[in-house]
Amino acid sequence: MEAPFSDVLIIGGGHGGAQAAAALRQQKFEGSITLISAETDFPYERPPLSKDFLSGNIPFAAILLRPETYWAEKNVAVRLGVTIASIDAEAHVASSATGENFRYGTLIWAGGGTPRRLSCPGADLAGVHTIRTVQDILRLAAELPGVQNIAVIGGGFIGLEAAAVLAKLAKSVTVIESQSRILARVSAPPLSAFFQAEHEAHGVKFHLGVGVAGLAGQGRVSGVTLADGTTIPAELVIVGIGISPEIAPLQEAGAACSNGVEVDEYCRTSLDDIYAIGDCALHENKFAGSAKVRIESVQNATDQASTAAKAIAGVPAPYESVPLFWSNQYDLRLQTIGFNLGYDDIVVRGAPATRAFTVVYLRACRVIALDCVNTMRDYAQGRQLVLAQPAIDKALLADPALALKSLFTRTEIPA
Amino acid sequence: MLSISVTDRDGDTTIADADPGTSLMQIIRNAGLDELLALCGGNCSCATCHIYVDPGQLALLPAISTDEEDLLDSSDHRKPNSRLSCQVKFTEALAGLRVTIAPED
Repeated sequence: MEAPFSDVLIIGGGHGGAQAAAALRQQKFEGSITLISAETDFPYERPPLSKDFLSGNIPFAAILLRPETYWAEKNVAVRLGVTIASIDAEAHVASSATGENFRYGTLIWAGGGTPRRLSCPGADLAGVHTIRTVQDILRLAAELPGVQNIAVIGGGFIGLEAAAVLAKLAKSVTVIESQSRILARVSAPPLSAFFQAEHEAHGVKFHLGVGVAGLAGQGRVSGVTLADGTTIPAELVIVGIGISPEIAPLQEAGAACSNGVEVDEYCRTSLDDIYAIGDCALHENKFAGSAKVRIESVQNATDQASTAAKAIAGVPAPYESVPLFWSNQYDLRLQTIGFNLGYDDIVVRGAPATRAFTVVYLRACRVIALDCVNTMRDYAQGRQLVLAQPAIDKALLADPALALKSLFTRTEIPA
Repeated sequence: MLSISVTDRDGDTTIADADPGTSLMQIIRNAGLDELLALCGGNCSCATCHIYVDPGQLALLPAISTDEEDLLDSSDHRKPNSRLSCQVKFTEALAGLRVTIAPED
């Protein structure tokens, strides 16, 4: 029997894959669409996994991206629990790990990433978790009632969001970060210090600037041994040390890849009729000073999906969305606009002690990004700053009483 | 079943089933109207679920929060009857509400 053919075959059922299908239909694309996901659940919102879904506040149904009936209504065939292992770009065929073939006209790769795992002794013990999928959370949550001491390895957003939820559930939480401060990869020191203090006020302990030597335990983890010899008791460990982009089938098919699949401004890979979007797509981003970056965010996955869909539907428009990132911890809402890569200066607007402040990132005296903590107005008005990147007097930026939009008109310097 | 009526950017109107307790954003998206991007999933962190409410029905809606006000203020398409649909919970009092999806920013 000949393998089934889809005009567009979407591989990956996360935010990017789901939006690609929705955006194609919105563009009035009438060809056949098949969405293949390695996960066994219909596409859902990932951000709540480490927040409200982990805390048990909301059911799975509440985080579905679309009702299950939506896909059939839009004539999108969904195949769950299918992992694509190889692609024959010449023949336009994708093959699953179990040998099932899918022919395609155009392929959209939305493979996302896989959580990095520890390579130290004990990394495979029971009780060691990562956070990426709803099934990850269900496994983790099932163990929580029998657990008091929890170690979070990695002081990035995933780890800190989980730490916040678990501290609220009255667990004893310790965060271990190999760099000298949390959020080191993504934020400036004042933000790191602020979030650390907030977590400490909720009882979370920190070990910074120290690596993990190994995990101790017989069958199940019982503790984390640090490089300095300290052992932290932990019956459950969450490893939040980033993801590796899921690109092997594309790489083997001959797509240009480095730290991700290289794509152009229309999300096209170097292979004919293959697009790539989301966490795994390495692209030149003008908000990152035109550096090639992979961006792991809902905004990037969603907007790149729309970019690919428009190109496939014959109405191409280059990807040039302003980067957005969000994180909720306790009652704090962090909203980031722009991309702070290569910043050379910062301005803090407002006092962190008030729990409402903004860190403004500058590169060559231009605003490139803002981390807004409970400062919605700065987040909303910062968009124009990040888009136009006017030169602004730092003293004015530092005054939270002055609305950002007023500074813009007052001090804008024409390019 | 209660419902609201949603007019899209092409001017086509859909009657969307509405459950009390869900947000207008969820109701519009669940009706298959993908024009409403709702990027942040209802977190009040983007303005991509922007709608206009029939001016005659505006008074039926709960008051707008400062956060919603600030986000809407950043839209080029802000009008007096603008709302972020993720911030309005549907109640029986809103049955028959007429809304229009705002242009994309």
